[in-house]
Amino acid sequence: MLKIENLHASVEEISILNGINLEIKAGETHAIMGPNGSGKSTLAQVIAGHEDYEVEKGSIEYFGEDLLELDVDERACEGIFLAFQYPVELPGVNNTYFLKSALNAQRKHRGEDDIDAMDFMDIISDKIKLLNLKESLLKRPVNEGFSGGEKKRNEIFQMAVLEPKLALLDETDSGLDIDALKIVANGVNAMKSPERSTLVVTHYQRLLNYIVPDFVHVLVNGKIVKSGDKNLALELEEKGYEEVIKEANE
Amino acid sequence: MKQDSETEMLKEYSEQEYKYGFVSDIESETLPPGLNEDTIRFISKKKGEPEWLTDWRLKAFDIWKKMKEPHWANIDYPPIDYQAISYYSAPKNLEDAPKSLDEVDPELIETYNKLGIPLQEQEILAGVAVDAVFDSMSVATTFKDRLAEKGVIFCSISEAVKEHPELIKKYLGSVIPRTDNFFAALNSAVFTDGSFCYIPPNTRCPMELSTYFRINEQNTGQFERTLIVADKGSHVSYLEGCTAPKRDENQLHAAVVELVALDDAEIKYSTVQNWYPGDKDGKGGIYNFVTKRGACRGDNSKITWTQVETGSAITWKYPSCVLHGDNSVGEFYSVALSALKQQADTGTKMIHIGKNTKSTIISKGISAERGQNTYRGQVMINKSATGARNYSQCDSLLIGDKCGAHTFPYLDVKNTRSHIEHEASTSKIGEDQIYYCKQRGISEEDAINLIVNGFCKEVFKELPMEFAVEAQKLLEVSLEGSVG
Repeated sequence: MLKIENLHASVEEISILNGINLEIKAGETHAIMGPNGSGKSTLAQVIAGHEDYEVEKGSIEYFGEDLLELDVDERACEGIFLAFQYPVELPGVNNTYFLKSALNAQRKHRGEDDIDAMDFMDIISDKIKLLNLKESLLKRPVNEGFSGGEKKRNEIFQMAVLEPKLALLDETDSGLDIDALKIVANGVNAMKSPERSTLVVTHYQRLLNYIVPDFVHVLVNGKIVKSGDKNLALELEEKGYEEVIKEANE
Repeated sequence: MKQDSETEMLKEYSEQEYKYGFVSDIESETLPPGLNEDTIRFISKKKGEPEWLTDWRLKAFDIWKKMKEPHWANIDYPPIDYQAISYYSAPKNLEDAPKSLDEVDPELIETYNKLGIPLQEQEILAGVAVDAVFDSMSVATTFKDRLAEKGVIFCSISEAVKEHPELIKKYLGSVIPRTDNFFAALNSAVFTDGSFCYIPPNTRCPMELSTYFRINEQNTGQFERTLIVADKGSHVSYLEGCTAPKRDENQLHAAVVELVALDDAEIKYSTVQNWYPGDKDGKGGIYNFVTKRGACRGDNSKITWTQVETGSAITWKYPSCVLHGDNSVGEFYSVALSALKQQADTGTKMIHIGKNTKSTIISKGISAERGQNTYRGQVMINKSATGARNYSQCDSLLIGDKCGAHTFPYLDVKNTRSHIEHEASTSKIGEDQIYYCKQRGISEEDAINLIVNGFCKEVFKELPMEFAVEAQKLLEVSLEGSVG
């Protein structure tokens, strides 16, 4: 599904990613872990297509096509979803209306008609239960006045409605208490399918108890220094990044 | 990279063509440019006016000659040569006014069709009575019969002068006297036509009244005069909408709108204004100097101004409310967009005189490109206005970094037992907001529309349904191509 080769990227001429190689196949869940400033979030943003990040070298293939050729909204329409670490507020923009606009934009891209209003409401009420969100949040402006936890759950709620092929979760666990964490993880797990892949970016092993990865990669200074299965996450938790990095370098 | 995308956005924006730029080919009888007493006598005679009105106009002209064009507003334009303007033009073949729509020049109908206001269809479908002003003369008034049943008078000012002189005599200039300001004095001297509306006591006007103004003759100043009187316990909602054809010279527009609400009466006046804004350097756009004021003369009366302004090169406009009656209410809801090189200096005045009077001001200014948007509002609480309350909220939204937003609130409180609240904010459409929308699959243009519409929501919800849709569309058209 996604094939990243020798990816170098910078922001404002400071290089952040220094040769990433990563392949994600359909149905797989990958976790990217690493210390602060290692480039984890940057990787997610570059895949999503954030314009502030300059790709200097390397390639990203998505279903065999050159992903870097596509604009942010085209990538989204092709099934790439980014759950933001800090979801922005859109004052006055109704949450339901926003989601419907997004869904219809993606449907249009696929050559489908706009979704029927009743069908849409069915999907909404179905998915909102999954994330245990208050119905009243649907009528509020996007993320405005939401608590930190509500914002994060709202991200996964959007993901559940939009049904992406590749979900990028950027530190979705930060700022969540254990109950909210479980709800979010449940939402993500409920969507697991052989066609859908997930890339989880996180500091801590905690989230990976609930969203169990097939592969774990340790990112340091913009490079993947070690890859393994879910046990690598436990090892990191136990020994700390420094120790694992040292071992990797030996 | 940010710089690049903005430059591109500005470039695309400036190349956007005015959608309604065409000039209808209709014979008209146009007065040569120039303004003197003879011009005024000609207009008055042409309209078959009684002597008292001719004198009223001449007196206004005297007053105007002694006045100076005001320049306190935050707008900048070359001097206007008032002698280079033609003050009268009427479609010629309508000298013998048509009895019905069928008699209206087909090309005229076609013009309206291009604007998306097919009269006949509106008549049947929308249930809206349309008093269409084509240049200076009213050519079609619809639904008159249905309104007449209720005793509602809705006709052109010229007709009202003939048919209802007592009402005109009583109310014309009673809210905005000829001495009020330079442009109001000019209008009083040379106004050519406009709408008159009277709602009898305890009557709810059975439909929304609507006038579409359209400037057509080259080089013709447009001096509309509107007067709406809501008698005791009555209610009326009035819609005003405009588009204008493209042209090269700046056009002056100095309208006067007067509203009078007696005891327990309510007037809702909504405007969607889409005049030609000029090109990217501001050339060719309309100069809009309008005086709009409503008098809540009776107790418990209410006047609401709602406006969506997207057009004109220059807008100078402050729809106001004078709250005489006890417990009377004045409201002002406004969205003003300035893009290209448009300049808007707009706002409101709320003058509290009666006890427990209440006013609300919600102003949303949007600036894009090189647009300059100024909110200027005055809240005056007189000594007599015990228990008066005002709430003002002025928000500005900036798109790009070459535009500007300015807010000038004036507060004048002479009664200590009153309450005033003022809130103001300025925000920029954030790159992060657009990115967020795009990441969900929404295009950049739709993202901007979403955010702008969200910003304007409080005002749009005050507009009648179909007008709200039109306003939303208008903003979309106005911001079309504003991003790369």
